[in-house]
Amino acid sequence: MIHSTIGSAGHLLVIIAFVTALVATFAYFKASTAGITIDDAKTWKKFGRAVFYAHVAAVIGVVFSLYWIIGNHYFEYHYAWKNSSLSLPTGYTISSFWQDQEGSFLLWIFWNVVLGCVLIFTNRSWEAPVMTVFALVQAFLASMILGVVIPGLDLKIGSTPFLLLKEVMPDLPVYQMDANFIPKDGNGLNPLLQNYWMVIHPPTLFLGFATTLIPFSFAIAGLWTKKIQEWIRPALPWALFSAMILCIGILMGAYWAYETLNFGGYWNWDPVENSSIVPWLILVAAVHTMIIGRKNATALKTSFILTIATFILILYSTFMTRSGVLGNASVHSFTDLGLSGQLLIYLLTFTIVAIGLLIYRWKDLPSDEEEVSTYSQEFWIFIGATLLCLSGFQILATTSIPVYNKIAEAFGTVLNMALPADQIGHYNKFQLWFFSLIVILTGVGQFFWWKRTGKDKLQALYNPLLISLIISAAIITIQGVKEIQYIVLLTSAVFAIVANGTILINIIRGNYNLSGGAITHIGVALMLIGILFSSAYTKVVSINNSGLMISRSEEFTNNDNKENKENITLWLNKPEKMGDYMLTWRDVRVEPRKIPGYIPKSWVDIIEGDFHAVALRDIVVDGKKYNVKGDTIELFPENFYYEIEYREPSGRIFSLFPRVQINPRMGGIVSSPDIQRKVDKDLYTHVNMVTNPTAEPVWSQTENFTISMRDTFFVNDYVAILDNVVRTEQVEGVKLGDGDAAVKAVIRVLDKDKEYVVTPSFVIRDRMVARKPEVNNDLGMRIQFQEINPQTGQFSFAVNTTQRDFIVMKAIEKPLINILWLGTFVLVIGFIMATIRRFKDFIKMRDKENQSADKKPKIKVQAV
Amino acid sequence: MKKIQIFGLIIIAVAIGIIVSTAGDASTYVDFTKAKEMAQDGDAESIHVVGTLKKDASGHIIGMEYQPQVDPNYFAFTLIDNNQVEQRVVYKNSKPQDFDKSEQVVVVGKMKDGAFTAEKILMKCPSKYENGKMETTEHTAEQS
Repeated sequence: MIHSTIGSAGHLLVIIAFVTALVATFAYFKASTAGITIDDAKTWKKFGRAVFYAHVAAVIGVVFSLYWIIGNHYFEYHYAWKNSSLSLPTGYTISSFWQDQEGSFLLWIFWNVVLGCVLIFTNRSWEAPVMTVFALVQAFLASMILGVVIPGLDLKIGSTPFLLLKEVMPDLPVYQMDANFIPKDGNGLNPLLQNYWMVIHPPTLFLGFATTLIPFSFAIAGLWTKKIQEWIRPALPWALFSAMILCIGILMGAYWAYETLNFGGYWNWDPVENSSIVPWLILVAAVHTMIIGRKNATALKTSFILTIATFILILYSTFMTRSGVLGNASVHSFTDLGLSGQLLIYLLTFTIVAIGLLIYRWKDLPSDEEEVSTYSQEFWIFIGATLLCLSGFQILATTSIPVYNKIAEAFGTVLNMALPADQIGHYNKFQLWFFSLIVILTGVGQFFWWKRTGKDKLQALYNPLLISLIISAAIITIQGVKEIQYIVLLTSAVFAIVANGTILINIIRGNYNLSGGAITHIGVALMLIGILFSSAYTKVVSINNSGLMISRSEEFTNNDNKENKENITLWLNKPEKMGDYMLTWRDVRVEPRKIPGYIPKSWVDIIEGDFHAVALRDIVVDGKKYNVKGDTIELFPENFYYEIEYREPSGRIFSLFPRVQINPRMGGIVSSPDIQRKVDKDLYTHVNMVTNPTAEPVWSQTENFTISMRDTFFVNDYVAILDNVVRTEQVEGVKLGDGDAAVKAVIRVLDKDKEYVVTPSFVIRDRMVARKPEVNNDLGMRIQFQEINPQTGQFSFAVNTTQRDFIVMKAIEKPLINILWLGTFVLVIGFIMATIRRFKDFIKMRDKENQSADKKPKIKVQAV
Repeated sequence: MKKIQIFGLIIIAVAIGIIVSTAGDASTYVDFTKAKEMAQDGDAESIHVVGTLKKDASGHIIGMEYQPQVDPNYFAFTLIDNNQVEQRVVYKNSKPQDFDKSEQVVVVGKMKDGAFTAEKILMKCPSKYENGKMETTEHTAEQS
């Protein structure tokens, strides 16, 4: 039966959400227009609030409906069928909710209503103008998932997640036979997204996106109601909060990439990554100008520009990642849903309205009478903010290259521009210098900010400078940093830590509430040091020394080529030397759901197209018996883990389990790394190529050998010797009765540095013959005992060979990467402290205002 | 002149510097004929070439060479650009996943000793996750 009610309800609720957002926009707009009576304004505001609450209810209803569809596996719905499956564990059912565009818009809409409610509750005096902007944004976002076709015009607005599969793919032949066909199972979730980071990363990132709307709304409200300076106080804690959440979101994405993707790093300068870091940089600059904006008119003007720019850039990045413009350039941007026109309207509306309003009010903005002094705090903070903006501008200028092509196309010219071939080099060339300067300024700026420095008082900076030079000199010598640009970056970062540390100690003695800034800056400097060492001094461990290259002599002599030899081939159970390590690929393992760790693949027989497997033996892990032979167990059918044993020179052994994901329905192999974490470095290993673990081996044509005892024969280039034929009591998989007889051959196979013994058996039972072949995966060989000839005393064997299992793997060392993660924590703690401080500030001022408003209500005529 | 104006001028200068430098670093999409000309002129800039894999009548890819047992870091194939010019491409890394399925390939690199040496390969494959759609994947040969 098709569950059509829930989908219709969801669709209806989306329409309600869209309409209520529009109505709320209008009501709040009326409430904040100047020139109406206080009573009218109050009525409009009350009405607007009521409608917004209706909008909130509708949005929660939409979220619930979509989750209900996915959670209950209603595969008659396209969204559920495409993004989830029966075998998906609960945690990942949640991530299938936002895997697709519609769901991620919904997530964004959801965060906006949460934030809107918080704002209404905390801030009645700004409610009307701020919520006007909020509700308008909601109307635009809701229109993205509206899925309404305007009759006559054939114009489709939005793409709804509540479409039935039948509506999306009406041409499937199955519908001609059964109009009510419902797929048994869904497509499943992209295995790369089946990771705990992917459960928490998108909500965090979208919360970051959603929060940028708040400072923007306050800035617009400030311009609109002519509260040119007052908007900063309520907006600043939100700007800090937004910068923190966005930062956490971006770093979670980076960490997910490091753990799951196999490009061997956490940042790839991918356009999609860039499009979220650029708004963040501008937002951080905005936070800084807002801090000084109440005292300095230039900073106030800049604050308007930067808060507006942050939000516009969020819209721009949404446009870039979702319109398909980046389709040729990025790995993980969404494909076009036909929404690009709508997105462009959204982007242009807010750009034009915000910039128009700003220009209109520009003459009313105050300007500074005096030149700002070079020795003032404002000056240094301003320079810092400018550098942040330039850094963002550079990233944006390059990332937008595909957009330039599109624009040129629209004007009829062909630009043919492509992103720089060496993107990392290109960005680093600029960003390294920008960030060296920025961290120096964090130190200098803090000194000026806390009034310890000024004209003729620069000597306060000498001690930190001297200490940091000594420390950096020590690090440079010990770690062997030779390149000038890295020396500069390192010295700058060390200076930032020392200078901010000095300030920190001084403020903590007074009031620790104020130390957020210094702590955040230390976090940034630590992150830079971590990034510097882990990326610039990455060492490839898996240098290919096999010597097999001699076959291609011209390549062998080629120096450039030699340096590119960064993958090695490992054969099953065959140790290979790699750097200081001895490496052995031991096994392929699978991941059971209810048993800790990974179990060998040979212990179970995986049921195809299902998430169950049959145990081929008792399953005992760490001395605990979980299942007996023949049990059906649940596992993650897509995940295979390659046990790679590392033997250190000291003899210590550890194993890494890089993962390969295979999804028969998706038909691809995706590999993820495993990381050995040490205090001073990570050892990062991933397999690039494997023999497909789900495929049946392809056996060569049977070769028959008839030999006598102790004879030698050659199979697959190995020397094999028939050592003995003995009577046996046990044959795997065959129950021997009283009258049965079984023998097994003992065949020794000599590999280069190891001997294997293969024992195929031959069973006589009720005058019938059973032949039990033995497979040796290490040798890629199958031997079957064919015949015993009592007359000649000879034995026949049938031998098949196959490609031996191999993997191609790569291992790299990432030094001091933990400093990056440590810096992240420090940064977040600093942000939290600063946010709390500014929020307390705002609450104090709000309560003061409320008190005075209660005392003299007549003076407060301005729109409430 | 006021300090703020000088400051403004410096910023504008830096911004222009960024734009010029970006334009200089930006690569271009060319075809193999042009790539060969550039190599002959000694132009060592990396370029993008878009092409498709050479296939026989029954749709099998021909001319692909990868033997991880011999060298896991040598992968070669033949690419046909939009002007139907064939070119041998060498990629000194392991063979990218799903390469055989790719419909369109973008190679980034330059001509060297008669072959196009790719530093990066972008492939457009039928999406594993969405029917009827294409997705781009990127593979880079590490530089050390």
